Amino acid sequence: MISGRILATALLVSATALPAAAQETLTVYTYDSFTAEWGPGPLVKEAFEADCGCTLNFVAAADGVALLNRLKLEGENTDADIVLGLDTNLTFEARESGLFAPHGISLDNITVPNGWDDDMFVPFDYGYFAFVYDTEAIETPPASFAELLDGDPEIKIVIQDPRTSTPGLGLLLWVKAIYGDGASEAWEKLSQRVLTVTPGWSEAYGLFTSGEAPMVLSYTTSPAYHQIAERTNRYQAAIFEEGHYLQVEVAAATLGGAENPLTAQFLEFMTGSGFQDAIPEHNWMFPAGPTSEPLNPVFEDAVAPEDALQLPPEEIAENRSAWIDEWLAIMSR
Amino acid sequence: MTAPSRATLPGTAALAILAIIVGGAFAGLIAEGARDLPSAFAAFDPYLLRIARFTLWQALLSTVVSVLPAIFVARALSRRPDFPGRRLLLALFAVPLALPAIVAALGVLALLGRAGLVAEPLTALTGARWQGIYGLSGILIAHAFFNLPLATRLLLAALDTVPNDRWRLASQLGFSPWATFRIVEWPVLRAALPSVAGLVFMLCVTSFTIVLILGGGPRATTLEVAIYQALRFDFAPARAVALVAVQIALTLAIVLVLKRAGADLAPDANIGMTARRPSLRGWRAKIADALPILAAMLFVVAPMAAIVIAGLRADLARLAADPAVHAATVTSLKLAALAACFTLALAFCLVRARQRLEARRSGRSPGLLERAMDTGAGFVLVIPPIVVGAGWFILLRHTGNVLNYAAPMVVAVNAVMALPFALRILRPAHDAAAARYDRLSVSLGMSTLDRLRFIDWPLLRRPLATAFAFAMALSLGDLGVIALFGSDAVQTLPYLLLSRMGAYRTEDAAGIALFLALLTLILMLASEWAGRKQA
Repeated sequence: MISGRILATALLVSATALPAAAQETLTVYTYDSFTAEWGPGPLVKEAFEADCGCTLNFVAAADGVALLNRLKLEGENTDADIVLGLDTNLTFEARESGLFAPHGISLDNITVPNGWDDDMFVPFDYGYFAFVYDTEAIETPPASFAELLDGDPEIKIVIQDPRTSTPGLGLLLWVKAIYGDGASEAWEKLSQRVLTVTPGWSEAYGLFTSGEAPMVLSYTTSPAYHQIAERTNRYQAAIFEEGHYLQVEVAAATLGGAENPLTAQFLEFMTGSGFQDAIPEHNWMFPAGPTSEPLNPVFEDAVAPEDALQLPPEEIAENRSAWIDEWLAIMSR
Repeated sequence: MTAPSRATLPGTAALAILAIIVGGAFAGLIAEGARDLPSAFAAFDPYLLRIARFTLWQALLSTVVSVLPAIFVARALSRRPDFPGRRLLLALFAVPLALPAIVAALGVLALLGRAGLVAEPLTALTGARWQGIYGLSGILIAHAFFNLPLATRLLLAALDTVPNDRWRLASQLGFSPWATFRIVEWPVLRAALPSVAGLVFMLCVTSFTIVLILGGGPRATTLEVAIYQALRFDFAPARAVALVAVQIALTLAIVLVLKRAGADLAPDANIGMTARRPSLRGWRAKIADALPILAAMLFVVAPMAAIVIAGLRADLARLAADPAVHAATVTSLKLAALAACFTLALAFCLVRARQRLEARRSGRSPGLLERAMDTGAGFVLVIPPIVVGAGWFILLRHTGNVLNYAAPMVVAVNAVMALPFALRILRPAHDAAAARYDRLSVSLGMSTLDRLRFIDWPLLRRPLATAFAFAMALSLGDLGVIALFGSDAVQTLPYLLLSRMGAYRTEDAAGIALFLALLTLILMLASEWAGRKQA
């Protein structure tokens, strides 16, 4: 009986914690750092709601992978009109799920490296994976991936596990894109420099900023955060000759969402400055569309990679588990 | 199996609730995974064998390095009831439970890491650059940081059930410390050890973040990592269930061996609950006790000091005024308090019913129901919260917005996860009280309510307060379910901490960690105070 009362109270608590639904509503599933108070979510919500006279509801999951799983679980009954925050490593699987509808909007506003032509997924930002280093610990950073592999094994790096994190998978694909069949030899060399492999980005970056390792796998835009928010040039991204692996983040309409007129309106809005203005200094990525003002110059430094490396989504979907096994075999030695 | 009678009904109901929470999750996952059964079988490969071996190996070693020293620390603390700062130390011992693994890992690394405090002296001493504690040693040290204090507290609680007259007798007979240990302390410790070791073992089996970060690479992979991967990345529910089954089977095997190793002794019938052990005199005994206490203090307090120092660097004034922090604190406290109430209700019913069953069988071997109420209930610990969360998510997804269930799910799962702790704190005290007053209350014809009021409450108030605080601390630190259900709707402090950390705001995260630690400390001190006011 006691427990029954507690559960009832708990239900009450949860009921009051949720916002009431309005008549004209658009529901967007996204990842949680997007909706966080310092993320782009609040700005986007304000701008879009002023535009449409409707209510924009964000529902947050942990990351892109969690988003897709969530949608697969909910199937066609999902409340989501739009899923925002998948990346190019997931688009093939997302398309295969049969849960998404063509966007039907013009992508003329969209500029992403290597171009974009897709009838289902609309890019909203992009970034490059990079090794970020501490200038107080490293004077001359490696200028290429090859230099990183052959560098002093005493200078350690922290990477993420491709089994549990997006950047970890990004590094796996980066090495594949550069070395192809020679990836295992590259990993063998790289493993000498790896201090530890963390389950996610946060843990790795925490180890890095606490001084445990002078280099960490992150994004070319990470230094921009430290420059703008903390006014320090201490952390820099090492730019590699071979090019950097590109991550494009996309949104797509669900089958049910395609019937909501607000869906197309939002996707359209997403490619304009009302949305894009919030991206650079709130999501710390490059905007995929026009912004109303030029980017803060610190982003200019971050644009450096000449080659945006990418593997076809289909190839990734087919080989991901074999590549992870290959990685495991080497890193487990 | 004995049919449930009036006395065991609440306990049976508590078991049923447990079964529904866990079983429902499995049903959900199996229903979803049934379409893809081959992936369940694909889980059984040589890789699984390797990680299973590593999982057990690191957990066994971690248990040994946590529980063995804890015996000495608990004994020393028991011999020194007036040790300066004892109360604060015991409260501090519960703080690691509420800290997210990454915070604890960073605390340990601030001391022993590659850039830790000891790095420079050690590098100078050995001539080779100190490489930090990455590898098995790192895993063991971090696990000991979490579990040595926990084991100490549980063993100390067991020592506290030794009746006064025994201590008095031992000192009147002029027992040497060794004889006191052998004749008075060891029997109690031995009875408690299998269950304490079993608990620590289970916690280490399911360790995930610590193992990955401090293990230094995928060499160190536990089954829990594979379960997480199966659910989160590959979304193969059938494989996740298969892996959980392996995890439960292996843990069961080890825990049964542990049980066999330690005799489950019946509590003493002449027990007096308010043990006030006299402090031993003599400087040699003083030093012998101070050493383990100080060593344990250093081991636990040093990483915590690192956490505090990191936290002080944050803009604490801004954090304290941050509405998001306020909201998360309120949510955390509310959910944790609800979960702790739920835990206590379940634990009390289970403990009472188990003791009734034991009393009734009078010496025969325990039946299935009794075993389920004892060891069985503890096994919820090796079921990863993410599995329970995902299973219920699948079951509930057709009933409207799943996020509506976030709060009840978090409460239920946290309550269940804290249950093994509460059982271990409550059971010795409850059984001891029952052994002493059962006959009396029957012969007086006391009603259940009167008995609760006049016998159970005064005697169990202290362990209940401790169990409540422990359950709350554990729920405060939970991240498992919240990661799946949580979002803007239900944000707890650890969730906020990780999301700040995930958005470059490392200093904010350190400040929130400090806040979480303080909250836990206050909670433990308050429970100690509430328990001390003896009726």
